[in-house]
Amino acid sequence: MTQFNRRTMLKIGGAAAALPLLGSRAFAQEKLKVGFVLIGMPDDNGWNYGHDRGRQEMLAAIGEDKVETTVVTNVPEGPDAERVFRELAQQGHKLIYGTSFGYGDYIHKVAKQFPDVKFEWATGNATAPNVSIYNAKFHEGRAVIGTVAGLMTKTNKLAYVGSIPIPEVRMGANAFAIAARKVNPNVTVKVVYIDSWFDPAKEAEQARALIDQGVDIIAQHTDGPVIPQIAEERGIVGVFGQGADMSAFAPNTQLTAIIDRWGPHYTKSVQSVLDGTWVESSVWDGLASGEVEIGPYNAKVPADVVAKAEEVKAAIIAGTLHPFAGPIKDNTGTERVAAGDVIDDGEFWGVDWYAEGIEA
Amino acid sequence: MQFRLEKRQEPSKLLQVLTPIGAVLVTMVLGGIIFTLLGYDGLGAVREIFLSPLLNAYKWQDLAVKAAPLIIIAVGLSIAYRANVWNIGAEGQYIVGAIAGTGVGILTNDMTGWWIMPLMMLAGVAGGAAYAAVPALLRVRFRVNEILTTLMLTYASVYLLNYLLAGPFKSPTSMGQPQTVMFSADQSLPYIIPGTIVQLNALLAVIVALVAWLVFSRFVFGFQVRVVGAAPHAARYGGFSADRTVWLAMLISGGLAGFAGILEAMGPVGRLILQFPAGYGFTAIIVAFLGRLHPLGAVLAGLMVAITFVGGEMAQITIQLPFAAVGIFQAMMLFLLLASDILVRYRVRSVRRAEIAT
Repeated sequence: MTQFNRRTMLKIGGAAAALPLLGSRAFAQEKLKVGFVLIGMPDDNGWNYGHDRGRQEMLAAIGEDKVETTVVTNVPEGPDAERVFRELAQQGHKLIYGTSFGYGDYIHKVAKQFPDVKFEWATGNATAPNVSIYNAKFHEGRAVIGTVAGLMTKTNKLAYVGSIPIPEVRMGANAFAIAARKVNPNVTVKVVYIDSWFDPAKEAEQARALIDQGVDIIAQHTDGPVIPQIAEERGIVGVFGQGADMSAFAPNTQLTAIIDRWGPHYTKSVQSVLDGTWVESSVWDGLASGEVEIGPYNAKVPADVVAKAEEVKAAIIAGTLHPFAGPIKDNTGTERVAAGDVIDDGEFWGVDWYAEGIEA
Repeated sequence: MQFRLEKRQEPSKLLQVLTPIGAVLVTMVLGGIIFTLLGYDGLGAVREIFLSPLLNAYKWQDLAVKAAPLIIIAVGLSIAYRANVWNIGAEGQYIVGAIAGTGVGILTNDMTGWWIMPLMMLAGVAGGAAYAAVPALLRVRFRVNEILTTLMLTYASVYLLNYLLAGPFKSPTSMGQPQTVMFSADQSLPYIIPGTIVQLNALLAVIVALVAWLVFSRFVFGFQVRVVGAAPHAARYGGFSADRTVWLAMLISGGLAGFAGILEAMGPVGRLILQFPAGYGFTAIIVAFLGRLHPLGAVLAGLMVAITFVGGEMAQITIQLPFAAVGIFQAMMLFLLLASDILVRYRVRSVRRAEIAT
């Protein structure tokens, strides 16, 4: 990140004064300005941390002599976002990442006004000539942690703390429940929502209530490490890091973590803008390409559980196991996916039911 | 020698106007010093937050967008606070107003006609007023403190919004997202300045303030509100009903908050979403006080607060100032304003020791 202080301002002033002498050559050497719009803070140790780490990996890979970045934090999903995207474009950023679903309407609005600026919308669902979308198949990771949870629970009561009831979150819960019940048909998964991506107070409240109800393993789809902290405090069997390794907050309780690796994508996409080869695209990779990683296993996870989890991971990477392979029944007993069939990437976004064993 | 605060017979009119301006200026100076001490570019912070939005013409449209809901809500709150009715739940009335108006919007989404937009706005006002009627009733009938009830109803309104968006209001084409349909062209506020994002709500905000000012200074109702607020006993002798004033103050402030809510939905947001509550109802409390509980003051104060929001974002982008800086500047502004009120209502006088003894 550039630090603006008086000295750099002077330098910029000096450079600006020299511009007429250099003519167009000065522009040829100009660094590519890349903007990142975050819904929270990079120090949340979760979702935003993952994106910021990706940004740093991209800077290291490409070099700060070619690219400079601007990070805007705590941008709400609403008209405020539109202003931030427009401001970044106005300030000369040629590639802008919006890292939350709710930015979509505003990214598309601003993108129309700045056709020469490239936008990328994380977890989005619509592209345009200068708007790409990128996402990761987190549900593949959830199949792995679901396996661990199913094998390790003592009370057979699992929980999944969701953020906002959208298909992606619902499918994460489904992947978790399906995998857990595959290795332990007796488990139930309680799904609750906090109606936000990050709300430590509500997350803590939900975690405590779930633990009071006898839940001994909690998975989460929210941005911060509050739930692992509560779990550690209460000494339940386990939790899973979400977005990043959260073992610092729950050294005895985090069984493993789903880690988001945005670095490779950011590197590739920034490079393509530098090369002039950027095109409208839709990227949705998972375990196989390394966008989704499974963190280190806690020492208390038995070797046979690790082996089983790794087997699931390897099978997903090899393509021999699909997290949503039939037969799948929903939680009312209706068969939703026939044996031999799967929920493919297109059908994924239309799912509005919960898998068998889920209480929502 | 010691100092003593003496109550002024009549608060100075000039000081009443000067203190908000002074509060802003002192905020800039103190803020600059604090951020310099913290290792940031303090001068740059003040420049970016307070001046950049004014110096860059392309940011003016953002000020209009951000200030419009603040002004509309703050005008209503000014009237309520003048009457000593402490409605701090404008955020809830804003949300319910938007819900009510959007309800009409969903029913009329496939229709066309000039009547749809006013109908939605009317529903928004009615929704906000109805939601404020609950604490009004509780206060008048059961003497329940409206500070508590209005605040608590704000939380309830968020749950109502979440419930509706996940079910009855959810758009069939939203791909599972908890949001309503986009409003049609006949349901969206027109842009009043071509080539910008300034919509009708900016103009309506100014009209609301002007009308409120006129009513407040020229009609008996305005006088009644001021008397009931300033001297309840005198008001009773004068034949003004305190209960009636509570009702009017709550319905007007709630109705205006609801109006701001539906305008925001029909304007910048374009539909109802989970993230719709953006805290305007709470920020408007600062605006109302910064504007000296005067409708026209609310316009200036609304612009001032909008400047800090827009400038705060620019400061994040241009000089990497942390997000929290904006909150610090806004809090300082309100704190200094309330503190300087002492100087408006009291005069500082030096007194001799001998004088104290007697």
